[in-house]
Amino acid sequence: MRADLRIISELIAPGARVLDLGCGTGDLLAWLQANKSVNGYGLEIDAANITTCMGKGVSVLEQDLDAGLDHFADDAFDMVVMTETLQAVRAPDHLLREMLRIGRECIVTFPNFGHWRSRAQILLRGRMPVARHLPHAWYNTPNIHLCTFDDFERLCRDLQLRIIERFVVDDGHENSAMINRFPNVFGTYAFYRLGRPEHANR
Amino acid sequence: MSAADAAGSVGIVTPRRFANDAPFALQCGETLPGFELVYETYGTLRPDRRNAILVCHALSGHHHAAGVHSAEDTRPGWWDSCIGPGKPIDTRRFFVVSLNNLGGCNGSTGPLTDNPATGRPWGPDFPTVSVRDWVHSQALLADHLGIHRFAAVIGGSLGGMQALQWSIDFPDRVRAAVLIASAARLSAQNIAFNEIARQAITSDPDFRAGHYREAGTHPDRGLSIARMVGHVTYLSDDGMRERFGRELKSGDLHAGRDVEFQVESYLQHQGRSFSRRFDANTYLLMTRALDYFDPASDFGDDLAAALERAEAQFLVIAFSSDWRFSADRSREIVDALVAARKRVASAIIESPHGHDSFLLELPRYFEVLRAWLGRLLSEIEDEPAPEPPSHAG
Repeated sequence: MRADLRIISELIAPGARVLDLGCGTGDLLAWLQANKSVNGYGLEIDAANITTCMGKGVSVLEQDLDAGLDHFADDAFDMVVMTETLQAVRAPDHLLREMLRIGRECIVTFPNFGHWRSRAQILLRGRMPVARHLPHAWYNTPNIHLCTFDDFERLCRDLQLRIIERFVVDDGHENSAMINRFPNVFGTYAFYRLGRPEHANR
Repeated sequence: MSAADAAGSVGIVTPRRFANDAPFALQCGETLPGFELVYETYGTLRPDRRNAILVCHALSGHHHAAGVHSAEDTRPGWWDSCIGPGKPIDTRRFFVVSLNNLGGCNGSTGPLTDNPATGRPWGPDFPTVSVRDWVHSQALLADHLGIHRFAAVIGGSLGGMQALQWSIDFPDRVRAAVLIASAARLSAQNIAFNEIARQAITSDPDFRAGHYREAGTHPDRGLSIARMVGHVTYLSDDGMRERFGRELKSGDLHAGRDVEFQVESYLQHQGRSFSRRFDANTYLLMTRALDYFDPASDFGDDLAAALERAEAQFLVIAFSSDWRFSADRSREIVDALVAARKRVASAIIESPHGHDSFLLELPRYFEVLRAWLGRLLSEIEDEPAPEPPSHAG
């Protein structure tokens, strides 16, 4: 399994109801179904990915995230997962709120625009950053809402979302002392496990 | 080469009859003294009987879904593109059952067959049948064929409604349900179109309150108009523009002909040929069954509650340009299935062909069916074989 999916799978309880937003080829859900007996669903819009999911027996639903999640009931899921998709949606703030309406908790992963290489490309070369974890040019990137870890945490504060856990890793999905000390400079990807504000759960 | 030898064809098939002699209580309160269903099968039922698929037909469909009836027959069954060796519903692996529903006009008991009480055709007096009645009569056919549990019940449009009803009424007899271009209930707009169709038929002077057979007539005009209305709703605006545009039948406008645009000629042809092959009373009965279908109504209008009991996994397919049974109707089913915590996959196939898409050979549509049915079969094969029947004493 992909390293990032392995990290996520460890955050999900056995038997949980899981919704994976942008589930790709369904690897996470297939693994969770087989190993943690989760009741999982994935939303996806890529035709080839959908067919692949079906071949794996994954409950994949052809639905566009930008069309919203309002057809899902409050508390429909224990965990809503979104891997490397936040930066590509039209309204990340709205989507985050929705994720924590339909799910009791959510896991969000995204690439760090504040990585030192990105900073260096803008600062020294005066060019939009292109890196292994951000491979697109400015004109063809699907990533319309890139942010740094600090930006994201600021948004969580504004939306009163509770950050339960955070893992920051490098390109190879490894953690290091340097990354832990300066995540917003040396971290490539972050995994956030978010919950509703304390008062909302009472 | 004849159609029977065509690659991927199930070849020459012969319809069979299943007779149920026991009284059959209908949802409307009436009881049929018995009934007959005409059906066809394709492929081979495995000894463990776990590879059976039931195909349910839509409004104007029938039992002849695949293959041909003779070496000279040039018109294969209505879903021949999808059913056959190597096709999405692969008859090398699945045993496929297709029938003409109760109330139909293709050989099963219906308005055209004799009412044993009078010795005359039932005509308009044939009782109102529902999707539930169809499903329960199909279950008797399955018993007759020795099929306890279908690997899948598959249907498009009204056929998908039957698949949905199967999953609710016989949870342990359906491993999977495939609902294509379908809905959990008709919208007011849909019922309105059906009512126009019914009015076209019943207002035809040749309808004779449904007793047209005795009068030696048939409401061809009414049925033809009913079909024309239906047909327009099965296509899409873009699809019709692409196919007909504003092409004229003759070179110049106002040439004094009845038919000026190609689309008029097409619709009239569709209407005429349909009125020749279909029975008006059956059309009324089938549209009523469509209108009344609403499995959620017994569960406080909560479809998720209705589906609670289902044990099947589901595949729900919609088509982008279908406005008669739009993708939103499919999503209502998907939402209810998710709320009821059922296994479900869904796809929205890009197609300009409207509701009719479900009958067409569209590459992505067939890929989805192949992938999903392939997975289903591998899950069936991974399961331990069912206990052999015990021979007590």
